[in-house]
Amino acid sequence: MKNKQNKALGNILSSVLAIVGGLLFGLIVLLVTNPKEAFSGFMAILGGGINYGINNIGLILNYATPIIMTGLSVGFAFKTGLFNIGAAGQFTVGAFVAVYIGVKWTFLPFGLHCLVAIIFACLAGALWGLVPGFLKAVANVNEVISSILMNYIGMHLVNMLIKSAGVYDSLRNQSKPVAQTANLPKMGLDKLFPGANINSGILIALIFVIIMYIIIEKTTFGYELKACGMNKNASKYAGINENRSIILSMVIAGGLAGIGGALYYLSGTGRYMQVLDVIAQQGFDGISVALLGVSNPIGIFFAGIFIAHITNGGLYLQLFGFVPEVIQMIIASIIYFGAFALLVKGLLTNMQKRKAAKMEQQQSVSTKTNGEGAK
Amino acid sequence: MSTLYFLVQQTMFCAIPLLIVAIGAMYSERSGIINIALEGIMVMGAFTSIMFINIMQTNGIMDGQLLLLVAILIAGLSGGIFSLLHAFAAIKLRADQTISGTALNMFAAPFAIYIARMLTPNHSQQVQFTDTFHIDSVPVLGSIPVIGDLFFKNTYITTYLGIIIFIIGAFVISKTRFGLRLRACGEHPQAADAVGVNVYKIRYSGVFISGVLAGIGGLVFVVPTSVNFNGTVSGYGFLALAVLIFGQWRSAGIIKAAFFFGIMQTIASSYSGIPVLQDLPIPNGVYKMIPYIATMIILAFFSKSSQAPRAEGVPYDKGSR
Repeated sequence: MKNKQNKALGNILSSVLAIVGGLLFGLIVLLVTNPKEAFSGFMAILGGGINYGINNIGLILNYATPIIMTGLSVGFAFKTGLFNIGAAGQFTVGAFVAVYIGVKWTFLPFGLHCLVAIIFACLAGALWGLVPGFLKAVANVNEVISSILMNYIGMHLVNMLIKSAGVYDSLRNQSKPVAQTANLPKMGLDKLFPGANINSGILIALIFVIIMYIIIEKTTFGYELKACGMNKNASKYAGINENRSIILSMVIAGGLAGIGGALYYLSGTGRYMQVLDVIAQQGFDGISVALLGVSNPIGIFFAGIFIAHITNGGLYLQLFGFVPEVIQMIIASIIYFGAFALLVKGLLTNMQKRKAAKMEQQQSVSTKTNGEGAK
Repeated sequence: MSTLYFLVQQTMFCAIPLLIVAIGAMYSERSGIINIALEGIMVMGAFTSIMFINIMQTNGIMDGQLLLLVAILIAGLSGGIFSLLHAFAAIKLRADQTISGTALNMFAAPFAIYIARMLTPNHSQQVQFTDTFHIDSVPVLGSIPVIGDLFFKNTYITTYLGIIIFIIGAFVISKTRFGLRLRACGEHPQAADAVGVNVYKIRYSGVFISGVLAGIGGLVFVVPTSVNFNGTVSGYGFLALAVLIFGQWRSAGIIKAAFFFGIMQTIASSYSGIPVLQDLPIPNGVYKMIPYIATMIILAFFSKSSQAPRAEGVPYDKGSR
């Protein structure tokens, strides 16, 4: 029990150190570019824009919703030892299916409409995750390469389908707006955060965070997946079907990213799918979120909100003559510093060992003196 | 016939960068370090060298083939230095190599765009350059019938540089002492260490070589295919990784794979210039997907008997020998 606690503490500590390192790096970049405005710019990043208007809370939560989902997707695959760099493609196909249903299936009533859209988006994402999972299990194809390829296939396919499936607004080169009935319900959140354009997406993401936590930590299935990720041979010896674990893990990961796509475009805040040859940023944000949250669903939730927070703050950098790309540099350096986790954990265990050794020494000294006293 | 010439020339533009980057990646991976940061390193190399070309051209200091050669050196140098970040994390800190590679990939594009937007007067992320490097026809060789048309017309010196890099790269890894040591470090670092090879040093040089070549590959990709750099190399770094795997980590396989991918990319990017393809009732989007689908199918067939270096991705710890 204590061991587990220490591990969690080490994870949190290494994440916090990585964040501090990344932010300091960002400050240095700002200082080098324009020393006069650097600190005001840095405060804008830290404030996340909330210091410029309370409605930014809504914007942050809106931005956090899809990247928590892609973060869960990447993190879940990590647990099985798979690197799902294809969350972007799964997100995109999920988003397209949701938008398609949102525009076309207007016969569905409010509530049911968005639910159906989410379910089908989940299936589309799952299909996109199934391909690399299946190829990995059956043909030993490296899932990093195959899921990157699926990103490109998904992007080109969706660009093609938007134009040919009758959901295309050729004037604006983007998808048509989804029907009002397909938007996520607000569930009173707009009253809780007045002035913020907010909906139940973040609550849905939170539900999935809890579900994933239970699956990973409390079920046999989750245990099997983790065992596969930690030691393939040992889990095989214990009778766990490794191929089944790999495929299921990628399917679930894909489904989660697909739902992220649906939640993003059904938010009722005027988002449209653009026909561009660009891979969805949310997929890559998902990798950052999963790494920062050390693949723990609860960690992922907070990491998602943190990344959304500084990304939103980055938009205000323009007030000080900076460009917002500095945020992505900060996030990348956080991930880079996060790679030093081993170093931090090593130091931590060293410290504990020393502490334990000291305690032992003291104990043995005190028992000695006690023993002498008894004599 | 002119379509065929056009296709071969286009294929060169796509295949040569893949060849250079994949040969570089071979050095990293066969020394035991997975390098998925190729995409980011390509972006970095392309960005610094195109920025250099831009500055030289606007100030009229240098131009033509000499400028391109100097730019290639800069691309290689910046790529090599950038890759050392990955090497440091992977070798010294024993970090997860996929994660540190991902971090580099995520860093390069925003860095390039940030600097470009801060430096250019209208905050544009595009770095422009004038293409004064194009060679209409190589003297003497270009006038050979057929072969001259295929290989020595409408070209760049980078094409021949790519071939030279391939020949040197293939020779060094299989015929020299350094090459043998490098391969040993990727297969069994403990054994290499036991006979006195400095595993860390070899791995650093493996990653550095891959960084230099990926940096050059970034420039070589941008120059013939565009007139500006927009912070992206369109996934060529990842494709180069696929080339490496499809080529089974061997130089002979890599050159075949690179040209296969080059042809696929050519179909994807210039189907509108090929009359036969343009007339087929296939939507344009399908052609764009072809290279990726083909890669996937090929990987499915060739991955089962993978000959990946055995110690690839495993950090070397001298203490655990």
